[in-house]
Amino acid sequence: MMGVVLTVTAVALALAAAGAIIRIARGPSLLDRVLAADVLLAILGAALCIDMAVNRHLNNLMLVVAVSVIGFIGSVTVARFVADRREQPSEP
Amino acid sequence: MNPEPNLVDAVIDAVSAVFMVVGALMSLAAAIGLLRFPDLMSRMHAATKPQVLGLFLLLASVGLQLRTWWVWPVLLVAWIFQLLTVPVSAHMVGRAGYRTKHLHKELLSKDELEAVVQKAAKAARESEADDGGNRTA
Amino acid sequence: MSRRRVSLRQELPLLVWLVIVWGALWQDFSPGNLLFGALLAVAVARLFYLPPVELSGRFNVLRAVPFAVAFLGRVVAASCQVFYLAVAQGPKVTNAVVAVPLRSHSDLMVTATGHVISLIPGSLVVEVDRSTSTLYIHGLNVRNGEDVIKLRKEVRDTEAGLIRIMGTKEELSALNQEVGA
Repeated sequence: MMGVVLTVTAVALALAAAGAIIRIARGPSLLDRVLAADVLLAILGAALCIDMAVNRHLNNLMLVVAVSVIGFIGSVTVARFVADRREQPSEP
Repeated sequence: MNPEPNLVDAVIDAVSAVFMVVGALMSLAAAIGLLRFPDLMSRMHAATKPQVLGLFLLLASVGLQLRTWWVWPVLLVAWIFQLLTVPVSAHMVGRAGYRTKHLHKELLSKDELEAVVQKAAKAARESEADDGGNRTA
Repeated sequence: MSRRRVSLRQELPLLVWLVIVWGALWQDFSPGNLLFGALLAVAVARLFYLPPVELSGRFNVLRAVPFAVAFLGRVVAASCQVFYLAVAQGPKVTNAVVAVPLRSHSDLMVTATGHVISLIPGSLVVEVDRSTSTLYIHGLNVRNGEDVIKLRKEVRDTEAGLIRIMGTKEELSALNQEVGA
């Protein structure tokens, strides 16, 4: 049964990653790309979790947390940068 | 070995298998939302919410598969961590998106922030010293 | 040191949380490890001083458990709704930005409400006005005035639930008066 589950999840995650990458490539703005990159990291975390569940170990757990932290810090940093760059030209 | 533990094992396996499939589908939902929604804000909805549920389900299936009690606090900490960080990053991106006009006005049925923003911008232009006071719309 | 001393009672939730994180990171909940974690937590809290979070001092567990269960259910509903909207409506979805004034003026309450709101169906905090404690919320699939009213009511209800769990006594009595009136 685990083999079937593994196949289904692998297909779903691969499609999801493909969608996120398409959005990164096509995204009209920087923020769209950041958002899509965040989703891509979440998909990576999901894949790590599935590996842990199927093979019954806990080695990746800190990696999952680290991945979500990287996504958080990355999107917050870029969001601040975008906001700052936008506000400066409007000032007299 | 009596058949009872085997049955329990099978049920736990089935539940965690369902959790894994649904969790992976949630990632797929996020990607579909990213591709199909028209503007940044609605894409943000798609990016944040299925992520939280997906990670919850996957961590739960890890906990079910390992079958030891001490992993549950670890998994809970990992999940709470995500619960605390996801809204913050979504808010930051959303705020930046609103301020940099990444918003399709024709897609909004109502916008109660625009009047406030314009009023604040006007007040800031008129006098530098004016902070707050008349910021409520 | 000239800092304002923080009472141990005020600091206790932070310390307990740090010890739990320590134990979780080591994946070891033996008493010796937890004791060492507690020592480290005290040292960290003393060395890296942060302004204390103003807790109200009351926490209603009986209200918190149903709230947590309802929250989980709404997270599931949120994800399913987003999935459905993405597949069924896609580019035709209509949104709105709605201003919701909150009752409470404490930072903790506004933050908690914002977090919960961001995670439940079709709403996302875009902007916070701290001086008037107003949240500006972006709602997904809000088509008309009726939906706006529904969204606003949902936010206010969420805040009411949080006040019942951990609001101050004044906020609680104000809420009870409002409900009774």
